[in-house]
Amino acid sequence: MSATLVTKVTNNVKLTPAGPRIESTAELKRLANRVRIEIIKMIGAAASGHPGGSLSEVELLAALYFRVLRHDPSNPTWRERDRFILSKGHGCPALYAILAEAGYIDPALLPTLRKLGSPLQGHPDKRMLPALEASTGSLGQGISVGIGMALAARLDKLDYHTFVMVGDGEIQEGQNWEAAMFAPYHKLQNLTVIVDCNRQQLDGFTKDILAVDPLPAKFSSFGWNAVEIDGHNFDEVIPALENARANSSGKPTAIIAHTVKGKGVSFMENNPKWHGVAPKPEEVAAAVKELESAK
Amino acid sequence: MATTPTRPKFELKMGPATREAYGQALVELGTKNPNLVVLDADLAKSTFSAKFQEKFPERFFTCGIAEANMVSISSGLALCGKLTFASSFAVFLCDKGYDQMRTCVAYPRVNAKFCGSHGGISIGEDGPSQQSVEDIALMCALDGFTVLVPSDEFCARALVHRMAEHNGPVYMRTGRAKAPIIYSAQDSFEIGKAKVHGDGRDVAIVACGLEVGYALQAQAQLEEEGIRARVIDMHTIKPLDEAAIAKAASECGAIVSAEEHLLDGGLGAHVAQAVAKSRPVPMEFVAIQDTYAESGTPDQLMEKYGLTAPYIVKAVRSVLKRKS
Ligand SMILES: Cc1ncc(C[n+]2csc(CCOP(=O)(O)OP(=O)(O)O)c2C)c(N)n1
Repeated sequence: MSATLVTKVTNNVKLTPAGPRIESTAELKRLANRVRIEIIKMIGAAASGHPGGSLSEVELLAALYFRVLRHDPSNPTWRERDRFILSKGHGCPALYAILAEAGYIDPALLPTLRKLGSPLQGHPDKRMLPALEASTGSLGQGISVGIGMALAARLDKLDYHTFVMVGDGEIQEGQNWEAAMFAPYHKLQNLTVIVDCNRQQLDGFTKDILAVDPLPAKFSSFGWNAVEIDGHNFDEVIPALENARANSSGKPTAIIAHTVKGKGVSFMENNPKWHGVAPKPEEVAAAVKELESAK
Repeated sequence: MATTPTRPKFELKMGPATREAYGQALVELGTKNPNLVVLDADLAKSTFSAKFQEKFPERFFTCGIAEANMVSISSGLALCGKLTFASSFAVFLCDKGYDQMRTCVAYPRVNAKFCGSHGGISIGEDGPSQQSVEDIALMCALDGFTVLVPSDEFCARALVHRMAEHNGPVYMRTGRAKAPIIYSAQDSFEIGKAKVHGDGRDVAIVACGLEVGYALQAQAQLEEEGIRARVIDMHTIKPLDEAAIAKAASECGAIVSAEEHLLDGGLGAHVAQAVAKSRPVPMEFVAIQDTYAESGTPDQLMEKYGLTAPYIVKAVRSVLKRKS
């Protein structure tokens, strides 16, 4: 980690040796709001993308990148960095906006989302953006990749932590449960899965397609520490992630984060239409206006 | 190849299966390279990765019967700098792990290595559910993958070492059945460089895996009839040695391909593409037709599905009729 980091301060972000940090919850909330505005503008400009599941992730990602992860935006390939994998790859607009806030990518790139030649591909593409830990887009594989990273940390005697975010619809994929069996058996306490449990998937509400409840009981019966939190409340999100990072129980952690799909934009909240539909220019304007007035 | 002028009878001596050579090579590599990690999906005794497990249990992970998970875990390990070799039966590794090979390995260009044992129908009695007849087509369709099909133990062992040195994803198919001894420990092998046996100019037989042994038998029989064939051991299907193919096409004017794989998307298809690009000449294809096989002894199956030396000889005769 480069020593120069400590002196750089942008956007009220303090760059500490442990990574960029925002101490104040009020400031984190303002950041989350800016990220939501970016998500709407990016997807609007691209005229395609997934607003609902991007908006539901924002506080979780903000807490990770500005409070919990040990990372260095000036050195994305730092060997001892914590890893984060967005297994629900379609939620990448939120991740791109967070990476811009953290200094990994130039914010001027955000409007190039999904455009030819842009590093901000429709789903995370590691080839184009080295700050990404994995390429995703085919759902159900991120926990397994995270297991590989957690095993490598153990073999190399490094103490980085690996976080993986999955969707509650995504968890229907069988490979997740292969991974869910593997991680506790190998006592991977350096692995945390965050379920962005927004109760919806592509075709509608998860309960109407293939109910996945009760997720905490499912994970704990497989041998995980399972906790449930309000995924939009920093006072719950930050301690849950910090506890997972510091976990020495010998078990991996599953954080079931209850979230609202489309969070922050009233006409998108809890309406399955907004899974994979871009807002039109007038809808972008209305959403941005609502988010700006919430500042 | 001991031949006498009066009776050019060609006998192949059988050696160990290529899967055994894989296990042996992993142990050699593991001794040299502490960064090597090996994974298997409850078939370690069959793929011979168990050889590595015995020696280096702390660097061996058995994933249980969960091939998809294993392929993605390999990706995570490799992304953190580990040199990974993961194995299972070819049919389960490639077919069940295919999306994972694509999303977690090929597309992000991850340096992970895979070995599918029990390739082809020569596994015998277990029958079609265990017989991979499509792995070459599948793995060649993954961007950036190198695809290897060694013909004997020496070729397999050397190529496992080349896999480890190569930067990029590699798939190797090994076999269950004993393989004829074609080479010796002195022979060297390079990825993408075919081994050419003989300089016959009447026809070229391009083969991989067990078919190389049958091709050499066919070569000897054709010689008795006055037909001079060269045999090309195409142990690397991708990237294909296009120079060897172009040379064979222009010097021989006719080509027969031979493989223990479906006609669609296998060695023959790739050779035909190279021939069409360089110097179009007539071709015949010895391969499994559009079908799954059945239970039987390896020899019975190779015979019934048209993969033994007499079928190669027949294909040569018919391609020669079309030669201008
Ligand atoms: C293997 C696979 N199948 C189908 C899809 C298409 N798809 C994209 S998003 C999605 C729904 C995901 O739902 P969930 O995981 O709950 O995500 P969220 O609701 O947070 O957007 C589907 C089916 C895919 N990307 N991958």
